[in-house]
Amino acid sequence: MASGVKPRVKVPKKAAAGETITIKTLISHKMESGQRKDSDGNIIPRSIINRFTADFNGQNVIDVTLEPAISTNPFFEFEAVVPETGEFTFTWYDDDGDVYTESKEITVS
Amino acid sequence: MELTRRKILALGSGTLAFASLTGLPAFASLTDEAIAALTGGAEIGEGAITLTAPEIAENGNTVPIGVSAPGATQITLYADGNPVPSVATFNFGPLSASRSASTRIRLAKTQNVVAVAKMEDGSYQMAKTEVKVTIGGCGG
Repeated sequence: MASGVKPRVKVPKKAAAGETITIKTLISHKMESGQRKDSDGNIIPRSIINRFTADFNGQNVIDVTLEPAISTNPFFEFEAVVPETGEFTFTWYDDDGDVYTESKEITVS
Repeated sequence: MELTRRKILALGSGTLAFASLTGLPAFASLTDEAIAALTGGAEIGEGAITLTAPEIAENGNTVPIGVSAPGATQITLYADGNPVPSVATFNFGPLSASRSASTRIRLAKTQNVVAVAKMEDGSYQMAKTEVKVTIGGCGG
């Protein structure tokens, strides 16, 4: 796997200090569950993203463990508190060892 | 109605067929086992956690699910009719605001979705809702 994986993240550009913001993330990934069979009846091996984390200036916001029951193109929406200007780092861990990251900056006034 | 031996036999086989068709108890116990492993057999309260799911999901491949439990450090989702009941575990860090999250999950068939939250004081809260699935996910 690892072809055509593209993370997309929506973070507001500005916020007030201590404000709660909503973050939406989506990563294109087929999330092969390991339950499906191909046309010959053989089980297609599992290939999913098994962990997703979001951090802000080195502090954790959310850390998710994913099982095969998460849909294709895993989507997450959650809320974070932003104490200061900084950068969000989003990380997805693939079963095959690949790690995908995406960063977004936010200005806090 | 006159109860003949034949009718009684018919009745008996009917209930048997029904029990084997539903097949839910086996999966439900899997979920119960998973929850017991998570909580260590602690008592589970209800009320401090909200689970948002559609009543009817036309496509079991992508069912929007939301959970919210103020004061939770961790929320685990289960789907008791899936081949593997575990769905996802959300661990909330210090910068997490509302201890809520939404995602999209696969449901193999009509079943209960269960959310268990571990609260900051170490107690557990549970919410359960049934989702009717028109076309199941998980392939096959």
